[in-house]
Amino acid sequence: MKGAEAILKALEREGVNVVFGHPGGAIMPVYDALYDSPIKHVLVRHEQAGAHAADAYYRASGKVGVAFATSGPGATNLVTGLATAMMDSSAVVAITGNVPLGLIGTDAFQEADVYGITGPVTKHNYLVKDVNDLPRIIKEAFHIASTGRPGPVLIDVPKDIQQQEFDASFDVELDLPGYKPTVIGHAGQIKKAAEAILQAKKPVLMVGGGGQVAAAEIMEFVEHSNIPVITTLMGIGAYPAGAENALGMPGMHGTVTANRAITNCDLLIGAGLRFDDRVTGRISRFAPNATVVHIDIDPAEISKLVKAHVPVVGDLRDVLPRLQDKLEHLEIDDWWQQLNAWKAQYPERYKKDKPLVSQEVIEMFREATGGDCVVTTEVGQHQMFAARLFPTSHPRTFLTSGGLGTMGFGLPAAIGAAFARPGEPVVCIAGDGSVQMNIQELATIYKHQLPIVIAITNNGVLGMVRQWQEMFHAKRYSEVYLADSNPDFAKLAEAYGLDGYNIFDRKEAARLIPEVLAKGKPAVMNFLVYEAEKVFPMVPAGAGVDQMLLGDQEPEEAVAEESV
Amino acid sequence: MSIHKHVVSVTVRDRPGVLVRIAGLFARRGFNIESLSVAQSEASGISRTTFVVAGEDDTLEQVEKQLQKLVNVIKVVDHTGAAFVDRELMLLKVSVNTPEDRVEIRQIAQDFRARIVDVHRDVLIFEVTGDEGKMNAFIESMQPFGIIELVRTGRIAMTRSAADPKVKSRTAKVRAA
Ligand SMILES: Cc1ncc(C[n+]2csc(CCOP(=O)(O)OP(=O)(O)O)c2C)c(N)n1
Ligand SMILES: [Mg+2]
Repeated sequence: MKGAEAILKALEREGVNVVFGHPGGAIMPVYDALYDSPIKHVLVRHEQAGAHAADAYYRASGKVGVAFATSGPGATNLVTGLATAMMDSSAVVAITGNVPLGLIGTDAFQEADVYGITGPVTKHNYLVKDVNDLPRIIKEAFHIASTGRPGPVLIDVPKDIQQQEFDASFDVELDLPGYKPTVIGHAGQIKKAAEAILQAKKPVLMVGGGGQVAAAEIMEFVEHSNIPVITTLMGIGAYPAGAENALGMPGMHGTVTANRAITNCDLLIGAGLRFDDRVTGRISRFAPNATVVHIDIDPAEISKLVKAHVPVVGDLRDVLPRLQDKLEHLEIDDWWQQLNAWKAQYPERYKKDKPLVSQEVIEMFREATGGDCVVTTEVGQHQMFAARLFPTSHPRTFLTSGGLGTMGFGLPAAIGAAFARPGEPVVCIAGDGSVQMNIQELATIYKHQLPIVIAITNNGVLGMVRQWQEMFHAKRYSEVYLADSNPDFAKLAEAYGLDGYNIFDRKEAARLIPEVLAKGKPAVMNFLVYEAEKVFPMVPAGAGVDQMLLGDQEPEEAVAEESV
Repeated sequence: MSIHKHVVSVTVRDRPGVLVRIAGLFARRGFNIESLSVAQSEASGISRTTFVVAGEDDTLEQVEKQLQKLVNVIKVVDHTGAAFVDRELMLLKVSVNTPEDRVEIRQIAQDFRARIVDVHRDVLIFEVTGDEGKMNAFIESMQPFGIIELVRTGRIAMTRSAADPKVKSRTAKVRAA
């Protein structure tokens, strides 16, 4: 068989049934073979969107997402998507065509050094030089992408190798002597962690993206131990947001309760996270009184930023149950009393004394769906509002670009999620800026009639940047104004064959959201919202999480006092 | 913050691009690579690279963990603080202006156990091996005569204890594959 056919056969053997891609000259043999393959191909309109869709497919299902692109510009278009997947530890296998082997390095038409370019943004990558290696390389790529700390793997396949005939054998051995993720936690370290936890009076568990694979174990651990739980942006859904022990999100736009818990705790368990600077704020002020237990599958994350007093390298699914066995129901009533007092004092709040605001729209979506849907977000203020007001209760259902903060992720991510979880509604919370970064994918949504509702909280500005300019750049609003040249989003949707709505006030919003969701059809809902709304609390860049600016999260009494 | 020079051996699979990724990790964390040597190891398909880098100790520990994560990296050893032997090889071309110089140069070379590998009327080429201190001392001694050109291989290093059994079994497995 030909190399191209072997690629598709190998993908089939890996259980792949959908691929997101875009064809071009150097990958035509693969597309030719695709013509006879049972694998479904989703034609995206930009390779970046293909990478994001594949990434979201993994995030939503736990199955490796696959993207195809041609050489040169096709492959370079993937780069943002690969970097996004890398930062958020998402398992993607990208296959790119390249110019024939003999032309590599000659600046041939549509040649780029894809192997060189993608090295730093992939967990691993390959340039195939011998067709006989293809089956092994593909097997390795799926193994590397999905085991240990997941990540994207790229395979660059020169065109002549795709065309070459060979005796394909798929019963190949992995050849990875340098790759051995540690899954099983060290018994001695687990014992030390248990001892530290049993001594603590004010413990807290902080769960990150790694928790998405271990929601059941986390739930049991929390129920058994009575420990309070903070979920990072990437950890949303790994422990249900509305559950009793949940304190919400930490960090720059975290809840008051979560940030105060960090500041005051005497023990912090970081589980499946990497202490991103958006979570920790100034490191020296992060959990200053805490013994830190850090459980992660990636040893390189241990003590990278926050010093771990008790490191445990391993898979949460192994470590948490074993740790739980050594613990009792923790007697931490005083701590809980304090936490509950903060929770009561600082509920989510925002003012409705102005035109429609993003927060209201997002809350309406939560109410209308009951949280039973997949949420994807773009990047900006709306993303933070969504994380705080529309956190989902199930793992793998809140998909957002956390590490890279990629505008343009949410819309194609909704496509990936719709294929990963057929039949489930998908809501994409978008901003008027971000949504335009991959707006062409409305065509893909139309083509497959995916049940995606895109909710644009249209504040007419690059809101998050505007917020920083207002607060830290003396209101010098430089290049953030969009309203004078935004398209009519409803008309734009219609041009793509989708239902489109422009919504100007709360009454319309409240009426239309349930109505549109009930249709189960793709739609774009464009909500005109208040321009100058800001996300609070906010920990200014460089400050500690104990130095939150409360803004409209300030308790009402305090505001009243101030205005006297 | 403590900045030290580190001699780091990285055992890698002979695959294109490995060095680029290793160098990239050093560069990203602000390490300058002072010297680098690469060659086949005792096992086929496995190369040993020796990096000499200067940087902050904690950061280097981070970089080593990141290096260990690379799929084609088999083992990372930071020799700093452990007992190790290190050597480099240098070729040095020096000008010989007078017969007196010639005698003196040869005398110094003998003290350093440098070998003459090429002789011309007004030029000598020496080959010297040794540790960094010896190299530097030899260069200093030759400077007054006029060094025309010098090439150094970069350091290679080995810990003084017996070979790490873990590495042995891993390389053995690769060889069998
Ligand atoms: C690709 C990319 N470019 C630039 C940025 C910087 N950035 C972060 S948020 C933001 C504004 C987003 O505006 P919008 O999508 O309208 O969301 P809003 O903040 O108004 O809710 C920008 C420009 C980014 N995160 N990603
Ligand atoms: Mg906006």
